[in-house]
Amino acid sequence: MNQPMDQARNVVILGSGPAGLTAAIYTARANLAPLVLEGEPSSTTDQPGGQLMLTTEVENYPGFAEGIMGPELMATFRSQAARFGAELVTEKATRVDVSSRPFGIWVGDPEAAEPTYRASSVIVSTGARSIMLGLEAESRLLGRGLSTCATCDGFFHQGSDIAVVGGGDSALEEALFLTKFAATVTVIHRRNELRASKIMQERAFKNEKITFRWDTVVEDLEGDGALEGARLRNVKTGETARLTVSGMFIAIGHRPNTDLFRGILDMDDGGYLRTRPGSTFTNVEGVFAAGDVQDHTYRQAITAAGSGCMAAIDAERWLEAQGDAPGDLAETPTEW
Amino acid sequence: MATLTLSDATFDEEIRASSEAIIVDFWAEWCGPCRKIAPILDEIAEEHAGKVRVAKLNVDENPATGRRFQVLSIPTLLVFQDGEAKARVVGAKSKSQLETELAAFLQ
Repeated sequence: MNQPMDQARNVVILGSGPAGLTAAIYTARANLAPLVLEGEPSSTTDQPGGQLMLTTEVENYPGFAEGIMGPELMATFRSQAARFGAELVTEKATRVDVSSRPFGIWVGDPEAAEPTYRASSVIVSTGARSIMLGLEAESRLLGRGLSTCATCDGFFHQGSDIAVVGGGDSALEEALFLTKFAATVTVIHRRNELRASKIMQERAFKNEKITFRWDTVVEDLEGDGALEGARLRNVKTGETARLTVSGMFIAIGHRPNTDLFRGILDMDDGGYLRTRPGSTFTNVEGVFAAGDVQDHTYRQAITAAGSGCMAAIDAERWLEAQGDAPGDLAETPTEW
Repeated sequence: MATLTLSDATFDEEIRASSEAIIVDFWAEWCGPCRKIAPILDEIAEEHAGKVRVAKLNVDENPATGRRFQVLSIPTLLVFQDGEAKARVVGAKSKSQLETELAAFLQ
């Protein structure tokens, strides 16, 4: 039988990092029976559980005095959300339509006539993914010495000389982790100072296996079957140099996962969703944004979780204010 | 058919002996993305029984085979047919992506 679309869900949450799962915990406890589209498996941070799935020890998440492994922390978030009745599916939205309510969300074929899910409200917490270098050789060497996942691939570089590109906390965390395997780790950074926290800097400077190449960018990668080296350029002097490495890990920053919302939701030049200051309201009524997808300033698990909670409360109050009239015509975007 | 478990010692013989294509999943306990694709591979093996088999190779316990095939990242899937490596998939993928990339061996 050709059944009409299921009744609209109260809340559909896109993404399952700290923001999405915290929103799930809160909306589930508010009896809104949230549906979480967790995302799909990948070896990048764009995967169920988000960026913490590729980290090791998380030392700054309050409540875990001795630290906790990133994937374990996310498993805990997930089971807490499930415990209160959140429905979690390992799928990724391929299209959203927020031009009328209830909103439409597609999974699989984005050209399908009918959306897979309909929702009275949507919380966007799709996070951010790591930026690659943008070199032609990259796709050829990915998985052959070039890696986006130190915790997955560090093991293959026992006794080798390898490099980490980047200067933030993730870059130094990876560098420190990789010293467990590698003989030497060269950190290549395009500036002459690090963005990383002081404690990570101190640890990295103290580690004898780690050296730094300042003001330096990777111009090209060498090797056919596997990575053999990199050509580096000093951005101040213009000098080039060759570095022999069999492994390279990229941690040069993140880009918000907002391709789906281009032309649909307001975003800044970097692609981060804009929210009304002090809230999680986007420019479309009933659509809320939380976590790294709307935050290029703090980008911490705890701030993502905090804004996920805000989104849940914003959505709950907004739904309440709509009363029992799901399917109302979309109103004009709120000005602020 | 049940999932095979390969080791450095049994690898060549098992690959040679198989009449079906074998998807070898290079994995390790500490690899998060590997754990995500394991159940997907089981499903694929079940749905395409008779065409392909799935075999697991733990790189932690069996480093030699990975080295031989230049596996420097996990999860990596290598598909063997008639004793030869015919395809390579690097990184965790969704079920539909895997089915697309492995289509030639599933029909």
